[in-house]
Amino acid sequence: MSVDAATVRRIAQLARIAVTDAEIPHLQGELNAMLAFVEQLSEVNVEGVEPMTSVTPMAMKKRQDVVTDGEIADDIVKNAPMTENNFFLVPKVVE
Amino acid sequence: MTHLTSLTLAEARKGLADKTFTSLELTDAHLKAIEEARALNAFVMETPDQARAMARDADARIGKGEGGPLAGIPLGIKDLFATKDVRTTACSKILGNFVPTYESTVTSQLWRDGAVMLGKLNNDEFAMGSSNETSCFGPVGNPWRREGSNTTLVPGGSSGGSASAVAALLCMGATATDTGGSIRQPAAFTATVGIKPTYGRCSRWGIVAFASSLDQAGPIARTTRDAAILLRSMAGHDPKDTTSVDIPVPDYEGAIGRSVKGMKIGIPKEYRLDGMPAEIEKLWSEGAAWLKAAGAELVEVSLPHTKYALPAYYIVAPAEASSNLARYDGVRYGLRVPGKSIGELYENTRAEGFGAEVRRRVMIGTYVLSAGYYDAYYIRAQKVRTLIKKDFEDCFAQGISAILTPATPSAAFGIGEKGGADPVEMYLNDIFTVTVNMAGLPGIAVPAGKDAQGLPLGLQLIGRPFDEETLFSLGEVIEQAAGRFTPVRWW
Repeated sequence: MSVDAATVRRIAQLARIAVTDAEIPHLQGELNAMLAFVEQLSEVNVEGVEPMTSVTPMAMKKRQDVVTDGEIADDIVKNAPMTENNFFLVPKVVE
Repeated sequence: MTHLTSLTLAEARKGLADKTFTSLELTDAHLKAIEEARALNAFVMETPDQARAMARDADARIGKGEGGPLAGIPLGIKDLFATKDVRTTACSKILGNFVPTYESTVTSQLWRDGAVMLGKLNNDEFAMGSSNETSCFGPVGNPWRREGSNTTLVPGGSSGGSASAVAALLCMGATATDTGGSIRQPAAFTATVGIKPTYGRCSRWGIVAFASSLDQAGPIARTTRDAAILLRSMAGHDPKDTTSVDIPVPDYEGAIGRSVKGMKIGIPKEYRLDGMPAEIEKLWSEGAAWLKAAGAELVEVSLPHTKYALPAYYIVAPAEASSNLARYDGVRYGLRVPGKSIGELYENTRAEGFGAEVRRRVMIGTYVLSAGYYDAYYIRAQKVRTLIKKDFEDCFAQGISAILTPATPSAAFGIGEKGGADPVEMYLNDIFTVTVNMAGLPGIAVPAGKDAQGLPLGLQLIGRPFDEETLFSLGEVIEQAAGRFTPVRWW
């Protein structure tokens, strides 16, 4: 399978990365090189094989559903580019 | 007395315990070496004040007889590990001037045991790369050069800064991470020892995530013993990482020098690639002969799905990366590039903040996870991964203790030499290491010889899950037979 220019634009949009028209042909070439490389997986017989979900056979540990952390709002926003009263600021979302 | 920076970690530990020198002296010697080696670009942040404060503290503890297992030992930390109050960037513009308010579990355990932080080490952006050329801080120089040449070579990647700094005697050991070979390949390129432990052995908490089902932390050091000492402090269960395994951490150093007599070592025929350089082939046979001379039995084994590991990796790893890197949105931390809408803010921030390799992988990951392609790419790759793991399980079920392979298909190459036209050319560097991540197994790279141009080459040993001890025992046999390799200083 290979991707066309429209698909590259759609992927970039899904990935939330702005791309210029000038970058499309180059990106398309790179993505197609990768897709051509992974194409060889189609020759593997995977009939009846379970997809891997956990590399180590282990039951995930569970903990009590209680608050174990918190009261660190200052820490949480410390690295944010724009904040006000410990809220993150973004461009207006709802009209 | 030998120069303090040329001691091994184990030798320095003894010198500190015997009060031959202080941690402050040892730390100062390394800070000076770092200053003189800026041409290598191994460190992206030097923390001399913090290092000296930690060294003084270590000296006080050693004086009171309370020094931990790493008391006073100066280390470098890959910039993928969150370090409290010290800038952590994953060598990406998108993390900008991120200063964590917390410490990664692995590094907190090193400080608990008394180690001293010299600074943060360069790596490929978000650990995506095999040459350290994708870092936003620029490439790292390999302390090794071809004989008679002035060309600067790459130290491998993604833990290029870690490998370069350890080889150039700038630190006694370094933390590193390995998703497809990022500890073992740079170790092989610099004649250092690097171990990627079993998935789940080290906590991933506080390490910038690349591909969560593949990422593992491990040390890069100058000797097998030093790597064993470091791994013991780095490993262990952490309730904050649900994939970290709750089993005791052995005293890995105890495995150094343990007999390997009677061990069955697998030589996988599928690793004998067409067009493999004769030097690599020779190194591999030599390694096998050394293990045999130490009493091990060599057995040819088959890992039939080997050739599919790298293509499957280039679906699974980008898929997980695209999801992990969704958090870099210009809102909560790091770089923010304004936009008229929130969508534009995201798109502009991520376009400006991610380098070319990261963007490529996020996009391919987005594609293979998108509606209509998920089953054909992602699910198929995860099925192939099951088969790769089963190959190893079948092999170990025949009584094989470990598998011996070359670490890399070539020695270090020049900056800008690979991957310019086709990204896959660079990806092929990890052909021998990536299977290990796909199966979650431990793997160690040990220096074993040099090529005709005088560049180091390494061998890899792959072990059973959670049997890092056997790798240390076997690695030590190779180290004893091959000797140690030190670069000639040019920087």
